[in-house]
Amino acid sequence: MTPPTAQDTSAGELPLQQLDRVVLRFAGDSGDGMQVTGNQFTRTSALFGNDLATLPDFPAEIRAPVGTRPGVSGFQLQFSSSDIHTPGDQPDVLVAMNPAALMVNIDTLKKGGIVIVNTDAFKATDLKKAKCDTNPLEDGTLDGFRVIEVGINSRVSEALADSPLSNKDKQRCKNFYTLGLMYWVYSRPLEPTLEWLEEKFKGKDDLIAANQTALKAGYNAGDIRELFQGQYEVPKATLQPGTYRNVMGNQALAIGLVAGAKLAGIKPVYCSYPITPASSVLEFLAGYKNHGVVTIQSEDEIAAICSAIGASFAGSLGMTGTSGPGMALKGEAMGLAISTELPLVIVDVQRAGPSTGMPTKVEQSDLLSSIFGRNGDAPMPVIAISKPSDAFELSIDACRIAVQYMTPVILLSDNFIANGAEPWALPDLDTLKPFPVRFTEEKTEDFQSFGRDEKLARPWVKPGTPGMEFRIGGLEKAPSSNISYDPDNHQAMTDMRHQKVRNVADSIPTPEVHGAESGDVLVLGWGSTVGILRQAVENAQAKGQSVSRIHLTHVWPLPHGLDEIFARFKVVLIPEMNVAQMTSLLRGELPDHNYIPFNKVTGQPFLVTEIEAEIKRVLDEHAGA
Amino acid sequence: MTDIAQPALTKKDFASDQEVRWCPGCGDYAILNALQKHMAESGADPAKTVFVSGIGCSSRFPYYMNTYGFHTIHGRAPAVATGVKVANPDLDVWIVTGDGDSLSIGGNHLAHILRRNLDVNILMFNNEIYGLTKGQYSPTSPVGTKKKSTPMGSIDRPFEPAQFAVGSQATFVARTVDQDMKHMSKILKAAAAHKGTSFIEILQNCVIFNKDFYATTVEKKVRPDRTVDLVAGEPMIYGADRDKGLRFNGFTVERCSAEEADVWRPDTPSHAPTVLIAGMRDAPEMPVPVGVLRAVEAPVYEVGVNAQVEDAIATKGAGELKDLVYDGEIWTVD
Repeated sequence: MTPPTAQDTSAGELPLQQLDRVVLRFAGDSGDGMQVTGNQFTRTSALFGNDLATLPDFPAEIRAPVGTRPGVSGFQLQFSSSDIHTPGDQPDVLVAMNPAALMVNIDTLKKGGIVIVNTDAFKATDLKKAKCDTNPLEDGTLDGFRVIEVGINSRVSEALADSPLSNKDKQRCKNFYTLGLMYWVYSRPLEPTLEWLEEKFKGKDDLIAANQTALKAGYNAGDIRELFQGQYEVPKATLQPGTYRNVMGNQALAIGLVAGAKLAGIKPVYCSYPITPASSVLEFLAGYKNHGVVTIQSEDEIAAICSAIGASFAGSLGMTGTSGPGMALKGEAMGLAISTELPLVIVDVQRAGPSTGMPTKVEQSDLLSSIFGRNGDAPMPVIAISKPSDAFELSIDACRIAVQYMTPVILLSDNFIANGAEPWALPDLDTLKPFPVRFTEEKTEDFQSFGRDEKLARPWVKPGTPGMEFRIGGLEKAPSSNISYDPDNHQAMTDMRHQKVRNVADSIPTPEVHGAESGDVLVLGWGSTVGILRQAVENAQAKGQSVSRIHLTHVWPLPHGLDEIFARFKVVLIPEMNVAQMTSLLRGELPDHNYIPFNKVTGQPFLVTEIEAEIKRVLDEHAGA
Repeated sequence: MTDIAQPALTKKDFASDQEVRWCPGCGDYAILNALQKHMAESGADPAKTVFVSGIGCSSRFPYYMNTYGFHTIHGRAPAVATGVKVANPDLDVWIVTGDGDSLSIGGNHLAHILRRNLDVNILMFNNEIYGLTKGQYSPTSPVGTKKKSTPMGSIDRPFEPAQFAVGSQATFVARTVDQDMKHMSKILKAAAAHKGTSFIEILQNCVIFNKDFYATTVEKKVRPDRTVDLVAGEPMIYGADRDKGLRFNGFTVERCSAEEADVWRPDTPSHAPTVLIAGMRDAPEMPVPVGVLRAVEAPVYEVGVNAQVEDAIATKGAGELKDLVYDGEIWTVD
């Protein structure tokens, strides 16, 4: 967004200025409803037809002490009239509901950007809670920004003077006042939120009325000219033709798991223990019971995966979901699923680690533990979702691989994808290819429980099938499934399990190279960095730099064809939100290339500018060499 | 069930072709024998029967049954069995576990399967010792147990399994002895008939690491005077001459004459009587209770889980994938 310039408003008509894109960040106390505000703005913008991407950024504490910096909850979104891939590096506009929210976020605001502050929350006690020795509204902190001061608390009190709600409850409508104000500034319609409030507070007429009044009051306050010099408009984006909805990563993932089980023709049984940021997958699936989805909220992470394994043993598609610490707990049971060769989907919505780490912050640091982190030689396919809109397709693929290869599969997501939202071009469901499970029901002469098909998958016999009774377990077994300590058998079974997982590469596509097929730098990414890397590489390409991009969705086994692609570039630059895990993997698997890691583990996504700068640095060092 | 008459299965039909590899003299043989006999006598269908176990000597059990079987990981059999039973409630699921597997590493899962009341049967072989790891004390070993890892005697107090079970809302709790085939068969039958989780503690002799730990309690020679077999609706009487009785006195159980004995009721609304009766084990002058220690009715977990799915389908209609994907606010770009 270009900084607003002084407008002539003497004619009495407020000017309407068109913008291509805006990055807006709402920040307030965790109790201020900033996530709701952000989601409502997102929803309205999606319905209006903008392209958009969001970045919710909230503390792990549900309610940290009011007014403190650790308690600040933020929601950033970029909405635009053109194709965008990221929530934006720096906000153009920051809405700060209190001093803590201002201080935590002001450094990210674009130079010359707009900051809207709730002046009613800048009293001495508020400043003390936020650990401000001086008032940032007066001490020069905001020099160089365009500051718009609004006494939101008092305006809300005035607007709700006739409401029967208590003063405390009235003040809880502040976020809708703020939302209304931003709707006016960006010429958004109020109707979607007015309707949403009716639905949300159904039966609580006072709450509906108060929040609707606050929203309208905020909108009308925009007409006060001292505040704003005009309105802005971000026209509809020219998205690819198609049917769209707005979707969050965890929801698309949950729908994909249901679709996967439907395409396999078996019942999904999802067992999970609540953990941030994976819990909402369980919550979504628990709402899909009329699709035949069975959910179990287990007593712990180990029970969750074990019950999922039990369900698969019984002939359903067992699934479990967790985040990093839960993955560590599930390790032994993953080995059981590998050893017994049962299909299973394990969702890992990664978060910053190690240990409890930063539960609500993003990281990609479970890559190597997903691929290798179990006792013994325990290979398992690993798939990485890169954005909310591809979660559906990749969740289906995880189910496909699980049942076709009789193997557990890890489906990696992360906190950025899980809670981020974007428009999803809805797939034509008729084009989804079914992969129906065929249980073995007849014992042929050469039948063995661990016999193999052409993929090296073993037959799936479900309990209840007469005459096929067999025993399996985590002890090494002969192909008959009887326990075996035979040295040659263990060698053969280990090799078999390994090769079976390698064979999965035959069923996945070689990733596309975006840009020239050869050149100086190939930027390789996986997971949620996709939008940022895409934007940065497109910017670099526009500058004429010799850089292309590739993005991996199937991270284990690696797809075929990478060796040939890498050979066409001088260097492969690998930005990751971890300490060079993909780089380590590729150095081991495809050692003949020059890999350059670029790593960030701040709990925040890369900025496009950071990637662009690194591309330039690498080009300066290696181009023409 | 089919209408065509099938020849009745015998005990042998429930034995797998695998060689049984417990130590000679191990109490597990008697339990295996009792189970195979029970399966044949109860007309069980091997195809619909699943044995799930954890880790330990007892957990090798499924390999020896000619049914479906899953030898899982240490302590987790209840969690695996939960998935099996929820996925297919028609299966008859049995869990085989030991004192270490169920009360130490798997204590959490045991508590939760009992609370949920899944319709499965749990056979907990209690020999008060770790056998497969060669003789360390277990969570049911008495204080002062001197073994390789506790050369100066164990310090921690043991679990009383029945108290653990009823504290976890168990709906069926029983205790029997590996040596007493007749009693074991009776208890297995009662457990199988119970709708909900049946928890059966089987006192089982480990001839290598804890030989005859029950020599002074349930061993055949002393059993009549040192053991009381509790039967619902009958007075709590024991002794070789059936002359000894038990009665409640406030929050204690005391010995009395046979005439003064209270009638045993395992189905009282409160599980307090079971706690008191099970606690007799700590008092050397009191008999060890065997028999059905608790039997009440409660909703069954897998029935509830699947009923919710059916209810959702009945009220919302069977979901189509398009209902999920094309849900919420949709817009079209031309």
